[in-house]
Amino acid sequence: MTKFEILGKNDTRSGFGVGLLEAGQQNPNVVALCADLIGSLKMDAFIKEFPERFFQVGIAEANMMGIAAGLTIGGKIPFTGTFANFSTGRVYDQIRQSIAYSGKNVKICASHAGVTLGEDGATHQILEDIGMMKMLPGMTVINPCDYNQTRQATVAIAKYEGPVYLRFGRPKVPIFIKEDMPFVIGKALKLVEGNDVSIFATGHLVWEAVLAEEILREKGISAEIINIHTIKPLDEKAILDSVAKTGCAVSAEEHQMNGGLGDSIAQTLATHSPLPQEYVAVKDSFGESGVPEQLMEKYGLNAAHIVEAALKAIDRKRKK
Amino acid sequence: MAEKKSVAELKAIASQVRRDIVRMVHSCQSGHPGGSLGCTDFFVALYFHEMNHDPKFNMDAKGEDLFFLSNGHISPVFYSVLAHSGYFPVKELATFRKINSRLQGHPATHEHLPGIRIASGSLGQGMSVAIGAAEAKRLNKDDSFVYVLMGDGEQQEGQVWEAAMYAPNHKLDHLIATIDWNGQQIDGPTAKINDLRDLRAKYEAFGWEVIESNGNDMEGILAALQKAKSLAGKGKPVMNLMKTEMGAGVDFMMGSHKWHGVAPNDEQLAEALGQLEETLGDY
Ligand SMILES: Cc1ncc(C[n+]2csc(CCOP(=O)(O)OP(=O)(O)O)c2C)c(N)n1
Ligand SMILES: [Mg+2]
Repeated sequence: MTKFEILGKNDTRSGFGVGLLEAGQQNPNVVALCADLIGSLKMDAFIKEFPERFFQVGIAEANMMGIAAGLTIGGKIPFTGTFANFSTGRVYDQIRQSIAYSGKNVKICASHAGVTLGEDGATHQILEDIGMMKMLPGMTVINPCDYNQTRQATVAIAKYEGPVYLRFGRPKVPIFIKEDMPFVIGKALKLVEGNDVSIFATGHLVWEAVLAEEILREKGISAEIINIHTIKPLDEKAILDSVAKTGCAVSAEEHQMNGGLGDSIAQTLATHSPLPQEYVAVKDSFGESGVPEQLMEKYGLNAAHIVEAALKAIDRKRKK
Repeated sequence: MAEKKSVAELKAIASQVRRDIVRMVHSCQSGHPGGSLGCTDFFVALYFHEMNHDPKFNMDAKGEDLFFLSNGHISPVFYSVLAHSGYFPVKELATFRKINSRLQGHPATHEHLPGIRIASGSLGQGMSVAIGAAEAKRLNKDDSFVYVLMGDGEQQEGQVWEAAMYAPNHKLDHLIATIDWNGQQIDGPTAKINDLRDLRAKYEAFGWEVIESNGNDMEGILAALQKAKSLAGKGKPVMNLMKTEMGAGVDFMMGSHKWHGVAPNDEQLAEALGQLEETLGDY
């Protein structure tokens, strides 16, 4: 038995859709923009309730980012919606200059991140977005793990002042975060207490980490599972407190090994408490077309790979 | 170069390509049948009549005409036409969008599929690449043609207009661009999403020679491409504004944007295949 009950199954982008509607109901300044992907981003409910607060810009993401920046001048809180690839790499300089450097309160909401978008293939499967966005000074980067947490995060970022990158995905995945569990930007969420290894996971890999914990427990290993939904600002205290107890770490993310959550954790460990760390991430390669589960397996991103990484980290700790 | 097919033969090939398209997207339950079906006649005319090309495939294609697909989501029609032209085995179409395939969801060079010279899928980039290839041909003293196809919704991307401004200013007169003018995109009709308005006037103002054609009429396409070639070499790039019907050839996929990126279920597949004659044998 995993330590978490599956409450249902849904896509994280649907959590964004309901969260956006809720944020819109709570604050009349919340507005939304989309670049010809309303259905994919689940923005229909917001558009139906607030048609005058929605802007369809067409297939023109660079223009969308500029318009969003402009909307903040006058007090609006713009949420942009498109695929993660077209939310970041496509428009990096527009975000850098008009949003991040200019300190604008834009919420960049990015669906279909990572290999789990599946059949569309590598052109659409961005695995570099966390890195690009976290490098921008002042940018908050959040990658929630299930439908409920994505809803919570969407509502939370509307109340937070400053640019945010919110990353979520396409496939239906288990819902296991209870609605009353806390969501605080920048605060890690401890899911399972453990002593032998700390597993820090984000996005779709959090459920895989929960599955891995069960497998490790059967092997007599006590894993601590920490959900890092906010990659920037990173909850360094939670990370250091955990490894002070366990002595080794695994990072797990649906992203390139270069520049992702794992590197942020490695930076924290190297500067404060050098300890063995293993990465579960894509190893410097592009993705490809396929079914999400097949791709998670092929690119080393599922529970089995987390288990393997945990065993390796523990082994390195013992050999020290 | 392969022999030029007759109009009757071209129509027969087009019917088979349409069968391949619906079977491919049905098999992986994903992909984009609408634009693929709408552009089938154009692809068949290009690869089996107009273009001088060698299915033995050489990336640099010296002395050959080139084609670039900017609206990469209509990969099914591209793959089927490449396969029937001899670039790779027709049976490989069965691997479309499946793991470990060379037939990626959007065209890619990464797996070395013969016939593909650039990745596309992220919209708005193809005309720039076509311009680069045309500049290379000019440096190589190769007066073959460079063709590029774009979507009409894709015209909303700013990069398209950066390219549109460059080509006439640099007198790229062996560049023949076509727009799949089906009036549809993902969220609805282009006129409602972000209206393209007068595309002819826009391209003419940028300095292009503009022609209009019916992309679902084989004779019409051949005439338009002949016209485009006759206009080449006069200092201007040529823009072919090609009216098509999204989903052309399968009645229930026509008339709206709904089949832009949806796969048919088993019954819908049967119904679609009932409307398309098997002329060359299914893969
Ligand atoms: C840069 C970019 N933004 C968004 C998308 C998602 N997308 C894929 S196809 C499409 C609509 C394209 O419309 P059009 O060019 O008219 O093609 P059609 O729907 O007619 O096939 C969109 C928005 C994309 N592939 N690339
Ligand atoms: Mg269109």
